Amino acid sequence: MKTLNKTNVITAVVLLIGGLSPNLASANSARDTIISGFSSVAELPVSAERGKALFESSPAAGKPDTPSCTTCHGASPMTSGMTRAGKPIEPMAVSVTAERFTDLKKVQKWFRRNCKSVLGRECTAQEKGDFLTFMSSR
Amino acid sequence: MFCFQKLLIMTFVSFLLTTSVSIADERYNPIDDVVVSKECGTCHMAFQPQMLPERSWEEIMLRLSDHFGEDASLDSVTANRIKLYLTSNAADSSWWGGKFMRGLKDHMSPLRITETPHWIREHNEEVPSWAWNDPSVKSKASCIACHPRANRGDYDDD
Repeated sequence: MKTLNKTNVITAVVLLIGGLSPNLASANSARDTIISGFSSVAELPVSAERGKALFESSPAAGKPDTPSCTTCHGASPMTSGMTRAGKPIEPMAVSVTAERFTDLKKVQKWFRRNCKSVLGRECTAQEKGDFLTFMSSR
Repeated sequence: MFCFQKLLIMTFVSFLLTTSVSIADERYNPIDDVVVSKECGTCHMAFQPQMLPERSWEEIMLRLSDHFGEDASLDSVTANRIKLYLTSNAADSSWWGGKFMRGLKDHMSPLRITETPHWIREHNEEVPSWAWNDPSVKSKASCIACHPRANRGDYDDD
């Protein structure tokens, strides 16, 4: 009985990994394509360090209610944030939310909105590439 | 004959009673457009269009780049689709006028549902101020904190 249980568990794990990995792989490749799109027009090679600094900065140059990314996303990319209206925001770290940054239209829409809300301007390709590189490393 | 008349009157009275009860219900049509549900429901609950007049929705859709303190801009195709849905299902879209038109003067174009006379009347009488400060409420835009079926247009729970 014990062996059977163990076999069942192993089968379940194998099936789970087998079922997930193609999705994960395609999510990763979609994200990589988006990041290379930004890095190809950025001045410097993309950097997770600069992305981290941008995420943690408090420019307060956009709308008064959103002085920084962390206002809504929370202090850590690993944990959930919350919109000003009280809705939860899934963590941005790719290790926690695997499907993050895999849809270019969605990525562009939220960079446009949120950079204007926080920085008062659109972000550069460099900033977008840095930011996504940081989130992918977490 | 007398009995029949009595029956008729009773039927009429009960019809009147049930009608007035159903008018008192706080039920609204749930949003049945996936784009509207998704785009309007990411940061806050997607509010049913019957809660504001057409003129208010037009104003809101004109100012998406400064949407209550945030940039909520959309591409024009998506924005037009949403605007059409909101205006054609607005509080004043039906000939009898929705509940949210009550007390709303012609010159009033509230941008927040919480500024409409109907919302104010419904909440001021029933909700104590401490309830708004409850950490689970977060904001007056969080209908669902107190109306668990608000997403389905059902606010008939108080």
